[in-house]
Amino acid sequence: MVILGTTLLALCYLLGIMIGDALGSLIGVKANVGGVGFAMMLLIGSLHYLHERGLMTVGAERGITFWAAMYIPVVVAMAATQNVLVAFKSGMVAVLGAAGSVVVCACVISLFNRVIERRGVDPAWQNTMSSAEIK
Amino acid sequence: MDLLYKAIADNQLVAAFATVGILLWISGYLSRHIFRGRIQGSAIAILGGLALAYWGGVLTGRTRGLSDVTGFAGLALMGGTMMRDFCIVATASEVRVSEAKKAGWLGLLALLLGTVLPFVVGVAVARAYGYTDPVALTTIGAGAVTYIVGPVTGAAIGASSDVMALSIATGVIKAILVMIFTPFLARFMRLDNPQAAMVFGGLAGTVSGVSAGLAATDRRLVPYGALVATFHTGLGCLMGPSVLFLIVKAIY
Repeated sequence: MVILGTTLLALCYLLGIMIGDALGSLIGVKANVGGVGFAMMLLIGSLHYLHERGLMTVGAERGITFWAAMYIPVVVAMAATQNVLVAFKSGMVAVLGAAGSVVVCACVISLFNRVIERRGVDPAWQNTMSSAEIK
Repeated sequence: MDLLYKAIADNQLVAAFATVGILLWISGYLSRHIFRGRIQGSAIAILGGLALAYWGGVLTGRTRGLSDVTGFAGLALMGGTMMRDFCIVATASEVRVSEAKKAGWLGLLALLLGTVLPFVVGVAVARAYGYTDPVALTTIGAGAVTYIVGPVTGAAIGASSDVMALSIATGVIKAILVMIFTPFLARFMRLDNPQAAMVFGGLAGTVSGVSAGLAATDRRLVPYGALVATFHTGLGCLMGPSVLFLIVKAIY
């Protein structure tokens, strides 16, 4: 049943958020610490467990992949609800602070990833990459 | 016409699905026929969404972009934190654990630098513009980490509301810049494998910026980047009012 996949996803999500909140209050932070990350790990773990035992049906899988596919539309909706006006109107401090940190971080990311590249990227990933593009 | 208005007003979320679907369809068409596949359809759709958000802000003078315009309120639910995080978790079903493990300590280091570097830049800019109060400096610096870290830090150390507003604005601009420029900088950042996406997630911060930026670059990289980025806000909220504030206080 499709709903069972969505149920698994929802339970992982709720449990992850709870862990994130608990961790936040444990270290005295007024925020959710990595709740989504814990939820992702729970989902990866439970899917692995269910797959190994052959308990994951095609229908249940569809209850998860649908939401994964809805990801881009949701992000587009998110973009359409950003406070872009305030970004345009705010002073130079905000603009320069934001632009500066983006530029600095982009350079560091570039540096890191050139190191990774030199260590060699898994050829399997690049094979799947090209085959996915062909599709 | 009245019938259409009523149908939309009574079914806001469904109307949002339709709106976003049409936007994505137009973007896909533009991507194929105007840009000949050089710019991804999702990148165009995200830029279009931001442009519509600007238009919505101008029209209403409020803070939630297009969703403040009558008839588009459903976008706030569809693009809100709940749906965004729910879909991000769903993408974890595509993560290959062996790939994720490889980033290891590099991802952790990226996360740490992704908090400290923007903070330093934010503080330096605020200092250059004449702020000397350590509370204001820390709050603006924290805003450069993410737009959630800024106000959380500011509230914890007692910043004034205009400094808080500036801090949030810094974070919002950063997220929007990451959304817009990630696809264009993808080649420069070597953003073409899961490990690179995890480094990106740690350093670029803000879940909204990272998730939209990766979606516009290569959809399959999204879960890897999000997995790391989700710890970004937590780490920032932890370090901002404590370690980082004490360092700023010691210097100024």
